Amino acid sequence: MYSFEFERPTTIDDAVAALSRSGAQVIAGGQTLIPTLKNRLASPDVLVSLGAISELRGISVSSGSVVVGAATTHAEVAHSAAEAFPALSGLANNIGDPAVRNRGTVGGSIANNDPSACYPAAALATGATIITNSRRIAADDFFLGIFETALDEDELITSVEFPIPAAANYQKFEQPASRFALVGAFVSRFDTCVRVAITGAADSGVFRWSEAEKALTASFSPDSLAGLSVEADDMISDVHGSQAYRTNLVAVMTRRAVAAC
Amino acid sequence: MATVHMVVNGREVSGEVEGRTLLSDFLRNGLKLTGTHIGCDTSQCGACVVHVNGKAIKSCTMFALEASDSTVTTIEGMANEDGSLGIVQQAFQDHHGLQCGFCTPGMVMSAAALLSENLTPGEAEIRDYLEGNICRCTGYQNIVKAIQGAAEELAA
Repeated sequence: MYSFEFERPTTIDDAVAALSRSGAQVIAGGQTLIPTLKNRLASPDVLVSLGAISELRGISVSSGSVVVGAATTHAEVAHSAAEAFPALSGLANNIGDPAVRNRGTVGGSIANNDPSACYPAAALATGATIITNSRRIAADDFFLGIFETALDEDELITSVEFPIPAAANYQKFEQPASRFALVGAFVSRFDTCVRVAITGAADSGVFRWSEAEKALTASFSPDSLAGLSVEADDMISDVHGSQAYRTNLVAVMTRRAVAAC
Repeated sequence: MATVHMVVNGREVSGEVEGRTLLSDFLRNGLKLTGTHIGCDTSQCGACVVHVNGKAIKSCTMFALEASDSTVTTIEGMANEDGSLGIVQQAFQDHHGLQCGFCTPGMVMSAAALLSENLTPGEAEIRDYLEGNICRCTGYQNIVKAIQGAAEELAA
């Protein structure tokens, strides 16, 4: 990997100041970024570590939501959200492997917006709010395309607020080598609506399956999804699965998630 | 270059590292603790697993500077003070939980992390926990037995 300067601020303000330097980039848990750096697919001049900023870590649970600090690890989410929001805890507990879960963070996953990552589906399906050092961004406005978000260059996610649905479930069909979602479906049932977010499947990244949402809002049952399908032309086709395969998986995983709610 | 301080296997250490120096490189080249193995260097194989502040992590996918002021335990730190094998290490020997031995340091560190969280893991829990540790001799059967043996020993 190319050389860079390493900064390890202890406050959010210092991190934001460091990020305004030319060629600066954030590193959270580094479970995606370090392999990327090794492959020389990124070459920042300055890496700004979030590892020493204690105010970015931790989980607070209130009656209606779970607020997760951006630098909270998947293992901590799996542990601390287990009671208040089991679907989110389960999602966190099924990312990568135990050692990866001890380093990878919620903020890192959401800021990276990998088209096969799990957290973007949870954020979109719960109508989460992405809180940065300067503003609050609705998940619906945050994920703009694969590896692309509404974040500005020197903007930092500080926490993510997940509303807790009345019922929710996440089903992931794993790509067996990477453990990323070949297709993942997160279903949230709220009192007045249902939200369905799909990851891993589409060329444009995580998306809401609005047709399924309408059908499930009318009647929350796997049978409501009968005959519904996403547009195959919008799906990813690669060595792991064709468009037709992913199109089918979207329907299957969504049905399973509804059945498990 | 920057100076990094940490406590490794109970000993305070420091060294000069670059920003890009991986923890695995600092342990092996800086501290000459070559028990931590580097198999894939892509955070898949788990041969490089060590504990940072009690948590299992892949040391090839963490910068040394990220471990500043942390407590690190490597496979060398799993032995007893007199140099004899610790309980988990001994269980791997007793149950033939290794063949070529390359993956063993990571296996032992992951096993110890699991047992620190759960002293009575079932076979499925053990296999699930070892998802990020790959043994290319495919000796998983005896690795699982070794961890079950270590669990019994620790509970006794």
